[in-house]
Amino acid sequence: VTTAVFAVVLLAAAGLGFAARRWRAHDVTSLEQWGLAGRPFGTALAWCVISGGVYTTYTFIAVPAVLYTSGALGFFAVPYTIIVYPMFLLAMPRLWAVARRHGHVTTADFVRDRYDSAGLALAVALTGMLATMPYIALQLIGIRVVLEAMGVSRPGLAGDIPLVVGFAVLAAVVFTTGLRGPALLSVAKAVLIFGTTAVAAGWITWKVGGPGVVFDAAARALPEREPRPGSMLLAPASYSAYATLAVGSALALFLYPHTITGVLSARSVRAVRRNAALLPAWSFLLGVFALFGFLAIAAGIETPRGRGALAIPLLVRSMLPGWFAGLFFGAVVVGALVSAGIMAVAASNVFCRNIYKEYLKPSATARQQVQTARAVSVVVTMGSLLFVTGLKTQAAINLQLLGGVWILQTLPAVGVGLYTRWFHRWGLIVGWAVGMVAGTAMVASAGFVAVYQVSIGPLQFASYPALLAVGLNVVVAAILTPILTRAGVPRGLDATDASDYTPAAARVSAFTMGAP
Amino acid sequence: VSHVQRDGEATRVARRWYALLALPFIGLLWPPLYVRDEPRLGGVPFFYWYQFAWVVVTAALIWLVVRATELPGDDDPERP
Repeated sequence: VTTAVFAVVLLAAAGLGFAARRWRAHDVTSLEQWGLAGRPFGTALAWCVISGGVYTTYTFIAVPAVLYTSGALGFFAVPYTIIVYPMFLLAMPRLWAVARRHGHVTTADFVRDRYDSAGLALAVALTGMLATMPYIALQLIGIRVVLEAMGVSRPGLAGDIPLVVGFAVLAAVVFTTGLRGPALLSVAKAVLIFGTTAVAAGWITWKVGGPGVVFDAAARALPEREPRPGSMLLAPASYSAYATLAVGSALALFLYPHTITGVLSARSVRAVRRNAALLPAWSFLLGVFALFGFLAIAAGIETPRGRGALAIPLLVRSMLPGWFAGLFFGAVVVGALVSAGIMAVAASNVFCRNIYKEYLKPSATARQQVQTARAVSVVVTMGSLLFVTGLKTQAAINLQLLGGVWILQTLPAVGVGLYTRWFHRWGLIVGWAVGMVAGTAMVASAGFVAVYQVSIGPLQFASYPALLAVGLNVVVAAILTPILTRAGVPRGLDATDASDYTPAAARVSAFTMGAP
Repeated sequence: VSHVQRDGEATRVARRWYALLALPFIGLLWPPLYVRDEPRLGGVPFFYWYQFAWVVVTAALIWLVVRATELPGDDDPERP
């Protein structure tokens, strides 16, 4: 029954994906139409599309897995996805307005215009692609975990056939519809994920004897964990890690190409702004989902060492009726396909705009850009499939961890750049390079975990390395800026105007320039 | 011109609303403030329900700020 319901959900999703060809149908003659669906989405649809990219299935599998194996530290996902929205409200309406005004599709487009620097734009573009690729691979891993728990997928090449089919369909949907397919599917994702999570959380909690029992079970089991004991409440040694992970991850989230793609596909500044208040509903849901890790403990779910990710699918399969488990797994897999689809579109946008058009074929017409983006989307999707089937899962997880560290290094150029052009472009480039190297070195020396032990004399604390690296990045850029300026190194011309960043100006300029 | 000036004035007054957005940072980024088991709420330890409560409070604060600072021009620029 589980597999049948699961298959029905996925077939319906595939049908919906292809139906998007007719949804808001128009000639796909420009990258803004293929890669941003023509910026059509009002508040409600933008809510689905942005969340469809941000709240990925891998997150929904990995966060409860951390609670299941280590306890409270994994709950940093909640403060992380709360404090991100005040920052979202400050930065994203400005980015939307300036991007709308200048036809930007990626953050690198913006950086290029803002700093008059192809080099800085290339740094931002490459970082974005580098950070996105392993993220797509992780969505595949999320799907594989579900298939494995269902008993469909077995280790070995033949066991990955359902995965290959699923991603081939996704590649076809993205190729033909661009962002429209994943956008339409994101509505289904929202309905399915909210519905199944609420029911599953309530049902399982009731079955194991209520919330009190769940947390008591976690408090008893976690200190026994091998090799490293966990805890139901945050241990004092983890306070700084918890806070820095929350801040660093929040600063990084809306620098990823796939989150930006969602934001830029909104119809208006109003839709972007209102979503700052509406998207936290997903953060609440993520918090509930995180606690599935404790539910799994209370339900006595045991996973092989190092396979904590299996805990949630196994929990659902063992505690809930077959048909519901099928629906739940279907929701999780649709969620993964939506995220992966948006990521593939976003990575293709970046490649097309900031590498193909910028370096390979500056004379490319709008139609050639769309063709290129389409081809790249297939390469990206299928490439991540090869990556996952060919390489170790751990490699993708390590790279995704690095991806978070890397993407945060674009904060001074993109995030700060939305407010001020004080930094010198070459200062930003050198700062970025220093941050990339330092961040990578810290992650590698810590053994590919998200926490780095700082110890400078008496100063000893644990921190998310991304935050340390971007601190270094900013310091370098800030020191170099006055030196370079005084030495007379040209700062370049700003193609944007202060009024481009405010919504009223977006209206006035569209009015006077003639709406495009 | 008068229209632009009025917008400028509105922006200045509106800016004060944004100070509210500092609250979630204060409430969440200092874990000693909330790492404790009691009081539980329906069996849920304080550590967890406190952070859930901040999700709701932050969403409400942002909604307040968004609505208080909304401008007519925020809507679709293609249809002013």
